[in-house]
Amino acid sequence: MSHRSFSFYKRMVFILCLLPALLLLEGVLNDRLGSNPIEALVRQSGDWTLRFLFITLSISPLRKLTGQSYWIRLRRMLGLYTFFYASLHVSLYIGLDKFLYWDEIVEDIFERPFITIGLLSFLLLIPLAVTSTQKMIRRLGKNWLRLHRMIYLISITAVLHFYMMVKADTQEPWIYIFILTLLLAFRLPLPIKIPLPWRKGS
Amino acid sequence: MLIKRPSDIASSEITSEAVYKDRRRFLQQMIGLSVAASLGGYLSPVQAAYGGKPLTYSKAKEFQLDEKLTPYKDVTSYNNFYEFSTSKQAPARMAHTLKPTPWNISVEGACAKPGNYALEDLLKPQALEERIYRLRCVEGWSMAIPWVGLPLASMLKRFEPTSDAKYVLFETLYDTEQFPNQRGRVLDWPYVEGLTIAEAMNPLTLMAVGLYGEVLPNQNGAPMRLVVPWKYGFKSIKSIAKIRFVEKMPTSSWMKASSREYGFYANVNPQVSHPRWSQKRERRIGEWGRRETLMFNGYAEQVAHLYSGMDLKKNF
Repeated sequence: MSHRSFSFYKRMVFILCLLPALLLLEGVLNDRLGSNPIEALVRQSGDWTLRFLFITLSISPLRKLTGQSYWIRLRRMLGLYTFFYASLHVSLYIGLDKFLYWDEIVEDIFERPFITIGLLSFLLLIPLAVTSTQKMIRRLGKNWLRLHRMIYLISITAVLHFYMMVKADTQEPWIYIFILTLLLAFRLPLPIKIPLPWRKGS
Repeated sequence: MLIKRPSDIASSEITSEAVYKDRRRFLQQMIGLSVAASLGGYLSPVQAAYGGKPLTYSKAKEFQLDEKLTPYKDVTSYNNFYEFSTSKQAPARMAHTLKPTPWNISVEGACAKPGNYALEDLLKPQALEERIYRLRCVEGWSMAIPWVGLPLASMLKRFEPTSDAKYVLFETLYDTEQFPNQRGRVLDWPYVEGLTIAEAMNPLTLMAVGLYGEVLPNQNGAPMRLVVPWKYGFKSIKSIAKIRFVEKMPTSSWMKASSREYGFYANVNPQVSHPRWSQKRERRIGEWGRRETLMFNGYAEQVAHLYSGMDLKKNF
């Protein structure tokens, strides 16, 4: 793929990734989020965080499966979008759901494991976002990869946060657990080499 | 040529809300009447007992509330009714499968007059009243709802409970045709709730058959549901098919699902936090900020005596 057409696709992906946030905004402005818009905002921003995390985690399997390396050039942007939706989710929880009542927020963090683990997931994302620049990648060298492997841990704690949040119906969290298991299983070394005929050199 | 342009003033701005609502009610009445006529006098048990879809009731003076009512739309489209779905928006869409006509209530246990009662026979001798109550959900949201119903005590007394009746157990109808989600295992069906006999006989406890002056919409627990305003919403069991007077404390569905989280009493109490939700404050549906949650949901004067000397942290 030529450099020019790739940067066109990248721009398209950038806009596409912004759509869920724009749709939420549209929902607020046009009163389309139902009777409890704050609950809807918090839930849906959380859903999108997990989805973007999964999209980011599917980049390297996609590269392996297709043998195309351009996928990897989308990964930083997708990772930063994950961080963007996570920040939105946390801000909505603090600013709207809890309406800046810090006594409740502190109580939540210390007494409610699903909040504790959710906040932990978010805090662990921060160093990854901060070290996402070209400069930081060069400066950290080998340590960069070590640091960014933390995303596997974060993906587990983030899905656990969702599972623990649910009151009784765990069907949806189980779907997320299933997808995450697949994505993580891709990282395991395969005992046999599976030939992929459409891949060059395999 | 003069071309008439449509006015850009919305009709809702021209017509006052009261008139607008009345028109709607009038239309519903006409539709209700014509449907009733075409079906040969077919009416729901609640309608059969009281006539027509808009119910006839008096306003109970001592049970009014000086708070803005939660709009009808929100009361009827944001419902926890797991027999249909765990989504709060879904029941309004799905509740047409519930057929509250005919409806029988099985009355069992420690009483002199057990039996299988047709709902209209239970309702007929009673006069309905409108009461505006706060509804506080354990999840931290609340509403103010104008219910129409009758004091539970007046209904229960007719069954003449014996001295063995220490508690009253309620059960929702179990029917997977009408309640499709009862095929799943989100909760142990049928839904069970309970009250002490003193709680059941408290003048605040209401058996509701309507809201906003109309027969209860299916998604709100038609044809008959409990309203216990000083307890978290899940105590106010919907679509009741069974009432049993018992000696031992019943185990409710939510106690079975998680005894650590849900107790028998489930009184609204800002000082006792729930493992999932701080109960200090709540969000009134339709508002952006948070309100302070009131002890016993603001009904301490009427019910605090029921729990004197009781450790409310332990008996949550």
